[in-house]
Amino acid sequence: MTKRFALGIFDDEDVLLHAIENIRAAGVKIHDVFSPYPVHGIDDALGIERSRLPIAAFFFGLTGLSFALWMQIYMLGFDWPMIIGGKPHIALPAFIPVSFEMTVLFCAHGMVITFFTISKLYPRWKVPVMDVRATDDKFVMAIELKDDASELSRLTQLLRENGATEVNEKEMTQK
Amino acid sequence: MQHVSPVREPLVTGGKTYHDITEDVCRQVEAKPNIRWMAALSVALFFLGIFFYSVYRTLWYGIGEWGLNKTVGWAWDITNFVWWVGIGHAGTLISAVLLLFRQKWRSSINRAAEAMTIFAVICAAMFPVLHMGRPWLAYWVFPFQNTFGSLWVNFNSPLLWDVFAISTYFSVSLVFWYIGLIPDFATIRDRAKGPIAKRAYALLSFGWKGSAKAWSRYETVSLILAGVATPLVLSVHTIVSMDFATSVVPGWHTTIFPPYFVAGAIFSGFAMVLTLMLITRVVFKLEDYITIEHIALMNKIMMITGSIVGVAYITEFFIAWYSQVEFEQYAFINRATGPYWWAYASMMTCNVITPQLVWFRRIRYSIPATFILSIIVNIGMWFERFVIIVTSLHRDYLPSSWVMFSPTWVDIGIYVGTLGLFFTLFLLFAKFFPVVNMAEVKTILKYGVDNGPTYTANHNHGHQVAPVHQPVAPALPASAPVNYNKHD
Repeated sequence: MTKRFALGIFDDEDVLLHAIENIRAAGVKIHDVFSPYPVHGIDDALGIERSRLPIAAFFFGLTGLSFALWMQIYMLGFDWPMIIGGKPHIALPAFIPVSFEMTVLFCAHGMVITFFTISKLYPRWKVPVMDVRATDDKFVMAIELKDDASELSRLTQLLRENGATEVNEKEMTQK
Repeated sequence: MQHVSPVREPLVTGGKTYHDITEDVCRQVEAKPNIRWMAALSVALFFLGIFFYSVYRTLWYGIGEWGLNKTVGWAWDITNFVWWVGIGHAGTLISAVLLLFRQKWRSSINRAAEAMTIFAVICAAMFPVLHMGRPWLAYWVFPFQNTFGSLWVNFNSPLLWDVFAISTYFSVSLVFWYIGLIPDFATIRDRAKGPIAKRAYALLSFGWKGSAKAWSRYETVSLILAGVATPLVLSVHTIVSMDFATSVVPGWHTTIFPPYFVAGAIFSGFAMVLTLMLITRVVFKLEDYITIEHIALMNKIMMITGSIVGVAYITEFFIAWYSQVEFEQYAFINRATGPYWWAYASMMTCNVITPQLVWFRRIRYSIPATFILSIIVNIGMWFERFVIIVTSLHRDYLPSSWVMFSPTWVDIGIYVGTLGLFFTLFLLFAKFFPVVNMAEVKTILKYGVDNGPTYTANHNHGHQVAPVHQPVAPALPASAPVNYNKHD
């Protein structure tokens, strides 16, 4: 599906933050903002909710810990008990290092895989980029255009008033 | 107009704009390789050749090619293993611990330091794997049921803890490093001219577009990864030290080993970061990003950890005397005055005396002095591991089996060969990947500089032409107070 966007280009993060606030206050829905680096405060300005990734990370870690403990207790305690150095079969203090490492392993990889999945990041040949300068030095605000002829000029005016250095129109094929 | 703070030193010098950062970092990725890089790569490849030949000898004729004997069963291999793992630690320390401590200066050096971590761990892993003698059976260290029955690996053994620690450490560091690279790959992709480069960097960048929501999650992920990597990095060298500390060999059986090994790891790691950064900043003209302040700060960390290591040496000696165990006492006297006194003396000179020179401001801020110091520290830390391992083993409880150890050329070949492997990987990284984390450096550009540089600079580098009207003044000046909840 092809969609049309008005792209407001900004030079500075502070101007961008004020612009986001003013444009949202004017009742315009912002599709997305692209920036070359994480702008602090943009989450509050855009109303992005706090990510629940830390909760996911905690449960991935817990899974790793449980798995590690089960693995060691089952293997050395039940499946093939052997006396090693006079230690008990289920020697919990000796199991701490492996349990810790498995907690970290599951937590880190589980969270990163979740991050890639929910952010729809995967290797692809071509990336539909709104404006290539968004990964260099510009801050790009994308506002979706509905089929209203006067909409673009109205948005251009609004973006200009809020400090955009240029406003472009762009058609994007959304997948 | 720029206003430079009188109190805070800017973290990036030279009045850069955001676009300048992109240009400066992408320059060597996009340009053809220069002569110096080719020359360096040739030297590294030559040493890599030595590595492959030595490994071939080891695998074809067996571990007998090494200088090990029945008393000294661990020598250069484990020395090199611990040395390389230790070097790796500075990368994670810079990227994780300094991120948690909000040390913004880390941004310019964390990329290269993490790359160093990964390559150092690869080099480290070579030694235990080759020491197995039959590396094609290396998967036996993982808990698979073997073919003779349902026998499992021994979870009580520190050597197995090492397997889990090193593999977790390697894979988590790799992911942490790669996550950081994604936005920068996107920058290179969007600038790439050739079709191959465009495709390759599109694949590498995982379709990154820099949207606000993705950045928000990205920062969450980085912070949690830093949070789990911090105890991880401490655990790895602690476990490496337990390989020794849980044995009953005099000179190894000490509770001071975990903190002392971790400090030593950071000490040698920072020395290697300094060696690499001092070369990289000159070769790639990154003096404005890796500033003299960075070098001074890293020098200070090196001095602190070096002092911790020095205290540990003295404490070990004291505890040997205080414990009243004659074997322990003999082990330490033998280290200092026995046949390996020269190794002990090199260790003491390089690790305890030289880092103290950093107290002098002139040395801390001097590039040649820092470079020499960093190499001395790396040599000293290699000797530290050699002293711990060889002097403890060559004379333990049974005087009839006392022997001396001397390396064969295969031992030496594998060691210098891993240096070749390390530098080959590092040079390839430096050519094809952005050496400095562009996205993160852009966030610290305004540190200490008011009314940021991008706001006044007007760059129109020809991607698109401004279509509408005259430029109008922004509704609010950049210096107007912002009430958003800025996290730091």
